Amino acid sequence: MAKHNDFKEKLIHGLFFLNGLLVVFVLIGIFVLLVTKALPAFRQIRLTEFLFSAKWNPTATFVAPSYGILSMLVSTLMVSIGALIIAVPLGIGTAAYLSDVADKRVREIAKPIVEILAGIPSVVIGFLGIVLVGPFIAKIFRLPNGLNALNGSILLAVMALPTIISLSEDALNSVPKSFQEASLALGATHWQTLMRVKIPAAVSGIIAASMLGMGRAIGETMTVLMATGCAIAMPKSFLQSVQTMTATIAIEMGEVPYNTTHYYALFGIGLVLFIITFIVNMISDIIFHKYQKVLK
Amino acid sequence: MNRFRIALATMLVFLSLGNCFGSDDMVQIKGSDTLINMVQKLSEVYMAKEPGTAIAVTGGGSGTGIAGLINKKCDIANSSRQIKASEVEEANKKGVDPKRVVVAIDALSIIVSGQNPIDKLTVDQIGKIYRGEIKNWSEVGGSDLPITLYGRQSNSGTYDFMKENVMFGEYSPTLKSMNGNAQIAEALKQDASGIGYVGVGYAKEAAGVKVLKVASKIGANYYDPFNMMDVKTGRYPITRPLNQYVNGAPKGVVKDFIIYELSEEGQAIVEQEGFFAIPDEYQTYNDQALGVSGRIRQSPMRPKDLEENLGAG
Repeated sequence: MAKHNDFKEKLIHGLFFLNGLLVVFVLIGIFVLLVTKALPAFRQIRLTEFLFSAKWNPTATFVAPSYGILSMLVSTLMVSIGALIIAVPLGIGTAAYLSDVADKRVREIAKPIVEILAGIPSVVIGFLGIVLVGPFIAKIFRLPNGLNALNGSILLAVMALPTIISLSEDALNSVPKSFQEASLALGATHWQTLMRVKIPAAVSGIIAASMLGMGRAIGETMTVLMATGCAIAMPKSFLQSVQTMTATIAIEMGEVPYNTTHYYALFGIGLVLFIITFIVNMISDIIFHKYQKVLK
Repeated sequence: MNRFRIALATMLVFLSLGNCFGSDDMVQIKGSDTLINMVQKLSEVYMAKEPGTAIAVTGGGSGTGIAGLINKKCDIANSSRQIKASEVEEANKKGVDPKRVVVAIDALSIIVSGQNPIDKLTVDQIGKIYRGEIKNWSEVGGSDLPITLYGRQSNSGTYDFMKENVMFGEYSPTLKSMNGNAQIAEALKQDASGIGYVGVGYAKEAAGVKVLKVASKIGANYYDPFNMMDVKTGRYPITRPLNQYVNGAPKGVVKDFIIYELSEEGQAIVEQEGFFAIPDEYQTYNDQALGVSGRIRQSPMRPKDLEENLGAG
């Protein structure tokens, strides 16, 4: 009997090990594919032009084609950082409300609703950007149209909120009860306890949550494709149209002739995106683990 | 949970079976957003006439359609531009022999918001506006308002047609790349500073936008894109054939459907959809491409249908 259990144990152990390995292989596979498909682009394009020129016009026929991704890189960062600026305060507020203020019944209703928000398809959010947020922005800022970076930021903020709220709430909940009790015993109010004890104690978890939200915002395609106007010029403000890296790949991949410089350059953009999201996720992971250690 | 899984698995199996069967007798038409509504209407009428035929029409842009034809993912590629030399080369490499059929004539319409006081432009002015050399409506006699450029994405045939035949240069990078004709018309309804271009079939039905009269050069007369004579004689300066590409001389349902499109009845539907019927020289051209001798403008109905019609009449 003991022997049998031992075998079963080993089998299950091996199975889980394989599962874990699979994810690693998929990740490495994607990375290798991106690198091998992106590298040939740099036979034609200088790396400095690719990264630091703001001129992207691979289908140019009257002038030489140009392959600079700087304006898209800036657009992607603008839209996702804009989304963070909107989503982080809202997300922390909601998380604090859910973990510390709301009574149990409200929490049981509100939490699933927040999670449903994560399930709304991005194309629906993009549609809202065109018919609702766009005209609203145009009216407030007296612009002729509302297809701009701000519109994209607002929509991405909505999409990043569920991640930020859920993970921030977890972080707040895992602050040891003794911290809160000590603070209250010393005569601090609930508000003071929340602002000066709980949130500072959970800050690395909250930062990790925000970074994961940002990772989601950077990779989002459909919403920004629909709502940001898609103009390739270098953006000068949040009220101008922008075209993110994801939107460029989505627009141009469908018709690009295979194995041309343009085709490889699109994989180059994909590689840059991969590296950015990888770094963002890694930072969030490092911060998250650090915070777990501190609290132990 | 288990039942859900079984249902899902069954669904997948059926979907994949459907795909296998579908690819045999379902005619796939793919490509230009400008042609999509028109071809969809043509295919609906045709399918009602010929029960048992199945035609699927999807968009994606002329470039996507032609790429689909090259990769053998569709039977007919709708294209609002002509095939490029590089595309022919790629097609030949894959054993595909693209043959062109002209199914309608489009007068590319330049549209602005209904609130814009401008009502006419020359081709040269349109080119300068899209190249970013004219930036304010006051430079072409309008109010002092910066111009917002609306155009199509680079996979659009109309995007290329404008570049090659109207602008003779590259687009300004401030161009907003929209997904289709309808989206441009929709955006211009709200944007008083905007300018856009759409196929005439879309210009006719769009509410809240103004279709500009266009002159070929300064001093020439301005014409609007709605008058058939102005379009057919080329007095309206931005006209173009709307094409379909097939692989080699078409056979079977593909051939029957194209013959139907070119018949008087098919061309009447083309006009109903806001575009123009093709002139005689294109009919001759099409006959050659299709490998049909003589005119094919007579009704493509089968003899049985003809008899029934005659009997009823």
